[in-house]
Amino acid sequence: MSNIPGLHVLGEANFSDHGANRLGASALMQGLADGYFVIPYTLGNYLTTQFGKKVDANHPAFEQALKETKAHVQRLIDIKGTRPVDSFHRELGLIIWDYCGMARSAEGLTEAIGKIQKLRKEFWSDLKLIGGADGINMELERAGRVADFLEFGELMCLDALTRDESCGGHFRTEHQTPDGEALRNDEQYSFVSAWKYEGEGNTSTLVKEPLVYEQVKPSTRSYK
Amino acid sequence: MKFHLKVWRQKDSHSEGTLEDYTAENIPADASFLEMLDIVNNSLTGKDVPPIQFDSDCREGICGSCSLTINGIPHGPGRGTTCQLYMRKFRDGDTITIEPFRADAFPVQRDVVVDRSAFDRIIQAGGYISERSGSAPDANSVPISKTIADKAMDAAACIGCGACAAACPNGSAMLFVSAKVTHLGLLPQGKPETDRRVLGMVRQMDKEGFGNCSNYYACEAVCPAGVPAAFIGRMNREFTAASLKEMAGMTV
Ligand code: SF4
Ligand code: FES
Repeated sequence: MSNIPGLHVLGEANFSDHGANRLGASALMQGLADGYFVIPYTLGNYLTTQFGKKVDANHPAFEQALKETKAHVQRLIDIKGTRPVDSFHRELGLIIWDYCGMARSAEGLTEAIGKIQKLRKEFWSDLKLIGGADGINMELERAGRVADFLEFGELMCLDALTRDESCGGHFRTEHQTPDGEALRNDEQYSFVSAWKYEGEGNTSTLVKEPLVYEQVKPSTRSYK
Repeated sequence: MKFHLKVWRQKDSHSEGTLEDYTAENIPADASFLEMLDIVNNSLTGKDVPPIQFDSDCREGICGSCSLTINGIPHGPGRGTTCQLYMRKFRDGDTITIEPFRADAFPVQRDVVVDRSAFDRIIQAGGYISERSGSAPDANSVPISKTIADKAMDAAACIGCGACAAACPNGSAMLFVSAKVTHLGLLPQGKPETDRRVLGMVRQMDKEGFGNCSNYYACEAVCPAGVPAAFIGRMNREFTAASLKEMAGMTV
């Protein structure tokens, strides 16, 4: 939490030496660690103190979450197909690597979305997991994550596809200057893309958060 | 490459464990030890055998979660972590024994997964600073001598893997605790809590059931971060000084 009560600073910006040593791996690490376990613990911990009374495990919201999670886990176990989770993880990784790296194009992204949808179908019909949910089962844990990655990977491609300009690490090969630099389109894309999850199998909805600059004017960064 | 594996299989912390034989086939020489296990696990899944449960996370030697004892040595041959060990280190056809880290304070949870939360509790007992470390320019306003900075850095290299305790015949975690105490105690930001820290951490270490140091140096030999055992002596001196102060009723 920052020195403004209730305002949490998480991810790359959460450290005091921001800008001094938050480069590359340490910034990525912060994003990963915060996303994976720091956020769920700190925010949960903060929120539980905000209601004025103890929320116990009999709360209907808790029971519903538990039921849904159990059903999700059981669904993974019940597929009983032929392919281990590792093979799906690797195949998805290769799709993202090939089509959704720093340089991406509308053509490649469209192809990737198709491939991921197909892979997701296969995942939910042909995954093979041994063992249940009654003890440590890393394959099960990984299957849950790969199921998420399949959703998220598609969204990443969709996000990259809808942003029809180049911008920072998002280099759309169709949009470059004659000497190969990223070509932004501030007129149409001066917004943050937030995506609203619409439930499994449905396309997420784009919510635009406009970027309004009052004091500074966005300019083109040049390393030359 | 092909290997014969003898792997510790244990259903849960209450069950007895045994060594089971498996064959690892078609392993690229450049696969890491954990990638080799991934390949084996895929083939076990194909044969309806429950995959070997092992811990890993970063797979690049920084998180300290890959706690495997390979051929009797925590993290196996070589100076790195298990995830940084490559199969080319072995000979084709070798028999490799894979066990969990063994120490009383690290109960086996399943196969080669152990519970290392004792280390977390030791950290909670003092392995932190409560001083705000300041913003970027402040780093230059507190001069720290090169000797101190280097020493603190050597100690800060500890990744908390637990190999030291697993290698020690006494199951002692002194190398780990001394690394944390040294790293924080040497730097100005950590100074205010020096006494409280060393007392808290050492007491928690004892409470968790880790043994004492009797100078085997097995810890230093397996530490993937190269933490020198000399820090243990430094911690003992710091601990003695802090206990004396505590007895004398001086604030710690
Ligand atoms: S001192 Fe070395 S062996 Fe012990 S926990 Fe730290 S890195 Fe691991
Ligand atoms: S998996 Fe992180 S150190 Fe080995």
